[in-house]
Amino acid sequence: MAEFLIKNGFVFDPVLGIKGDKADIAIKDGKIVETTALSSPKIIDASGKTVMAGGVDVHAHVAGPKVNIGRNFRPEDKLFTYKPGHGIERMQGGFSVPTTLRTGYNYARMGYTTVMEAAMPPLYARHTHEEMRDTPILDQGAYPVFGNNWFVLEYLKNHEIENTAAYIAWLLRATKGYAVKVVNPGGTEAWGWGLNCDNVHDPVPYFDITPAQIVKGLIEANEYLGLPHSMHVHANNLGNPGNYTTTLDTFKLSEGIKPNSKFGRDQVMHHTHVQFHSYGGDSWANVESRAKDIMAYVNSHDNLTIDMGQVTLDETTTMTADGPFEHHLTELNHLKWANADVELETGSGVVPYVYSPNIKVCAIQWCIGLELALLAKDPMRVFMTTDHPNAGPFIRYPRIMKWLMSEEARKQQFDAFKHKDKVIEATNLAGIDRELDLYEIAQMTRAGPAKSLGLSHMYGGLAPGLEGDVAVFDFNPNEPYAPDAIETAFSNAECLFKAGVQVIDDHEIVSNGNKRTLWVNTKVNENPQVMRDVKEKFLRYYTVTLNNYEVSGHYLPNPYVIEVDATQ
Amino acid sequence: MTKTVTDVICPFCGTLCDDLEVVVSDDNKQLLEVYNACAIGAEKFLHSQAKDRITRPRMRQEDGSWKEISYDEAIEYTAKMLADAKKPLMYGWSSTNCEAQSVGSEIGEAVGAVMDNTATVCHGTSLIAVQDIGIPSCTLGEVKNRADRILFWGCNPAHAHPRHMSRYSIFPRGFFTGKGHASRKVIVVDPRPTDTASIADVHLQIEQGRDYELLDALRVAFKGEKLPDVVAGIPKAKIYEVAETLKSGRFAIIFFGMGVTQSIGKNHNIDAAIAVTRDLNEYTKAAIMPMRGHYNVTGSGQVWGWLFGFPYAVDLSRGFARYNPGETTSNDLLRRDEVDAVFVLGSDPGAHFPFSSVKKIYDLPSVAIDPHETPTTEVCKVHVPVAFVGVEIGGCAYRMDNVPIETRKVVDAPEGMMTDEEFLTHVLARVKELKGV
Amino acid sequence: METVTLTIKNQPGLYLEADTITPDAFAGKKAEEIVDLPVYVGREQHRLGDFFDVSGKAGATPAETKIVVGGDLSRVKRIGQQMTGGEIVVNSNTDMYVGAWMQGGKITVNGNVDAFAGTGMKGGEITVTGNAGNYLGAAYRGDWRGMAGGKISVAGNAGSDLGTFMNGGEIVVGGDVDVHVATHAEGGKIVIKGNAKSRLGGQMVEGEIYVFGNIDVMMPGFAYREDVDIEVNGTKGRFALYEGDLGERHRKRKGQKIYGKLYQLVKA
Repeated sequence: MAEFLIKNGFVFDPVLGIKGDKADIAIKDGKIVETTALSSPKIIDASGKTVMAGGVDVHAHVAGPKVNIGRNFRPEDKLFTYKPGHGIERMQGGFSVPTTLRTGYNYARMGYTTVMEAAMPPLYARHTHEEMRDTPILDQGAYPVFGNNWFVLEYLKNHEIENTAAYIAWLLRATKGYAVKVVNPGGTEAWGWGLNCDNVHDPVPYFDITPAQIVKGLIEANEYLGLPHSMHVHANNLGNPGNYTTTLDTFKLSEGIKPNSKFGRDQVMHHTHVQFHSYGGDSWANVESRAKDIMAYVNSHDNLTIDMGQVTLDETTTMTADGPFEHHLTELNHLKWANADVELETGSGVVPYVYSPNIKVCAIQWCIGLELALLAKDPMRVFMTTDHPNAGPFIRYPRIMKWLMSEEARKQQFDAFKHKDKVIEATNLAGIDRELDLYEIAQMTRAGPAKSLGLSHMYGGLAPGLEGDVAVFDFNPNEPYAPDAIETAFSNAECLFKAGVQVIDDHEIVSNGNKRTLWVNTKVNENPQVMRDVKEKFLRYYTVTLNNYEVSGHYLPNPYVIEVDATQ
Repeated sequence: MTKTVTDVICPFCGTLCDDLEVVVSDDNKQLLEVYNACAIGAEKFLHSQAKDRITRPRMRQEDGSWKEISYDEAIEYTAKMLADAKKPLMYGWSSTNCEAQSVGSEIGEAVGAVMDNTATVCHGTSLIAVQDIGIPSCTLGEVKNRADRILFWGCNPAHAHPRHMSRYSIFPRGFFTGKGHASRKVIVVDPRPTDTASIADVHLQIEQGRDYELLDALRVAFKGEKLPDVVAGIPKAKIYEVAETLKSGRFAIIFFGMGVTQSIGKNHNIDAAIAVTRDLNEYTKAAIMPMRGHYNVTGSGQVWGWLFGFPYAVDLSRGFARYNPGETTSNDLLRRDEVDAVFVLGSDPGAHFPFSSVKKIYDLPSVAIDPHETPTTEVCKVHVPVAFVGVEIGGCAYRMDNVPIETRKVVDAPEGMMTDEEFLTHVLARVKELKGV
Repeated sequence: METVTLTIKNQPGLYLEADTITPDAFAGKKAEEIVDLPVYVGREQHRLGDFFDVSGKAGATPAETKIVVGGDLSRVKRIGQQMTGGEIVVNSNTDMYVGAWMQGGKITVNGNVDAFAGTGMKGGEITVTGNAGNYLGAAYRGDWRGMAGGKISVAGNAGSDLGTFMNGGEIVVGGDVDVHVATHAEGGKIVIKGNAKSRLGGQMVEGEIYVFGNIDVMMPGFAYREDVDIEVNGTKGRFALYEGDLGERHRKRKGQKIYGKLYQLVKA
């Protein structure tokens, strides 16, 4: 394989602890190596430029059934935004819900090389894998959803952790999944009857279990197995005024549980898109930021990681396995609503949404997301996301960097709000003068998410032995810059290497890379009861047979299997 | 000796039953018996064993007779036809696997084709409605396990989707529907007295072509507003009663078919039916689902969705994907002389399109890829027979509720026959050569 | 105002996509530059000059540019698409998307237009002396933002799906219309001087429809309220006022529910 030497760039790497110093980065045989290991490398002159590891997205909706509903039911999202094929790039379309090809190319342009699909309905795993297969360049994995699964509800009702763990291991293998995802625990099952679970103690109809029991039980089962990633939760009561108490109640369920993982993570819970879960007040008239309360908790509890879910003030498409939330949303904005409940497992909904700077609530949401990041004491535990495409499309990450790195850019945005004064009153952001630097950005977008995923042995840094995922941006951090220069530079990487293959050269995509799909194969002790339960549920309640459920290997043409042994 | 293959998927209709058992000879050469399938599904399997099956490509001669040609010659004709055309139509895609659809999409992209599937004469109107108002839906297992109000509107599963009622909708005993049929109230809206209507609790024998009005009347009734005395031939008392029946259920499901998608108003009928479903979710839980016809028409919409962003009628001619039924739909393109070559795979427009459109296909350079001899192969210049997907080759297919299931190969295709995917892969390679890419 | 005259000299083999025939694309250009603007037949890109004789010159801005197009344009699509100002006169029947997504200026078609004229129109004026096809002044697929402003006048008949998702502006049809008028509308005004068939105001939230002739079938969601004496586009008369769609959601203003309004002429 080719060798590359990226010379003289300003390097930001939390793994090596390099904070913008000039350094050379060497790539050989797909990995980062010591510069002395190279014999005749291609030289990339990065002088005056920024060098970072490839970006890692811990939470985005980029592949699978609800994403494709979002595409197919929004032709207007593609009107006048299409892009013809060019060079090796195939044709691309879609703004808020891009086609798989555009997804791969646009992440690469931002210097990202790993993107996790945040919610995979197990029955639709095959579809999710088909889309990931057709997403070029990126390494991907998908999180099957467990928080409303009938097996899980029945086992955890009696706190059967071992059975839950055996079922998780079986389902991860059957769906070729990466992690345990929980969305509105119990609430989406309740939505099967048009109902919801509003807080962690609100019982799930029929199943005689509370969301708190589901979350705590899944954390325990996750640690019983010692999976690479922690349990990854979207709590109850998303998007409602006053919901920060539900969020804190959910956080507290992780207390006292220690991580049991050989994969280097320190957390037992990842809570996603916390912006949507940090609201005070009791109505949309008096909704206010509670980011301070949320971050006070996060900052003082190191077995927890979170991501932002930053609102980008765009027209976008919301999509989540939180079925009752999407119904609530369509009742508010009266736009088209798709819903897809999945037998025994989960549900989902999709509704377009316009985050307008002229609407007070949207502006408050924008503030809250930024507050979470700017109040973070440890950027290794607070990650940049937009919950793509829910709070905005992922292509806005460089714009979020601009807002985080420049108080001036935030002031400009405040001045563009119609209800500026009311927004300032309901939030803390105007009083925060912190400006993040690129090292902290690298923690939030590279090293932090990689560690949280249990993938710090592969991604997130530039230490020898890690994957050869390296981005070079046309940005000189040592010269004065206008805020917009950040957005421009980080939207359009000058060079990108993915597992040692040059994917972008001089801002042009020159290779479709060597995309891999990550999944976790967990060895557990034989559990006849769980296998009997699986057989029975397929026979009686599923509409596909057990033998037609498992995703076979050819849907993952380039798999990367992470082996976990939980038999001890 | 023989052997039995279990968990076989039926490549006939959108019900995509996956519990068939097929008996084949030990050498995988002969398919002998099919169990659990409906009559139509079984016939589809057995048809692959026809003694007079065509196993090599054929080209139409000037005198109208066929001449056998090699696959290579068929690949050359197809690739050249597509590469030479300014705007070819690549139609069908509903009776093949997603793998072939994916390769076909790449060909379409390379030649600037319009990609369209059988939704164009079936549930395309439903897709338009979904784009306008959305769709609260669910998997068929949700229906089986929860639904206690079953409404069939303009569809007749007893004949078109024979196992639908027993597997999913009326008869099965599910988790919360332990009494099966007795747990459910069944309503049929159809101008005709059908076999499905005969087992319904209520049959609304609607006046032909007044579906939109009756759906609107249901919405008026939900809100307790006043109705005219009779709507669509149904007395208002009956409408209020049915509205109450639906509202009082725990989980209502509406299944609809071509009786509403292709009668006057088309997408608007579905739009209104979805509005009825939306309304019901203010009172109880409700979902709605199209009774998709071909076993993988849904899959072609999914594949094009993630590749191009649209589920059918995708115009790639300008190098990017565009969509607007009424312009980019097959019959509009043919009627208006807007395409200059026709490629058909996995469908039979010769049987399903209006005669005027079939005549246009006859007048244009044309290729049909199909295991069968069909009315379409009769009007095309070249016929390429291929292996039966779901019988002689596996691959992914999407059920009417979008659930993807991998179909199985149960028996070998006759010696030397290509699959859809193989044929398309060769055509793609040749198209790329011709285009110099 | 400067004038550019286009006369079609070659008919396209299939259809010609000519979304460059707009004052916006022509502004600031001379005839010899305008002939180089791109047009498309299927996947093939051509020059405008391959199909049209071009004479005259454009003004400095779109607003100062008038385009007169002649010859048989029945296979030419997208004339005036997305224009923001100036004027186009089409002396022929012409195909789809006339003035689609138009924001300003004026288009006069001395002939018929096919489907999708004025799709997603925001402003300006379209006048058609003949008939219009389906989806006149309607929204693009999936968009809840249909016609928002401007005016469309058709002297003859219009097809189905008139003013779908209309939010504002005005459509006047001199003749008859086919099914589905103002479906999902949330504003705007539609005047039909001839007869209508059925499905007027289905799923209508707000807006106004006026019909001077017959309505074959009234929507069940429209309730008769009262007779009113009003003047509509120069016609004074007594109109029966219906409100609906009663099955649809409606906003409240000052405690009152606001409905879509359907007026039918009772007596001139």
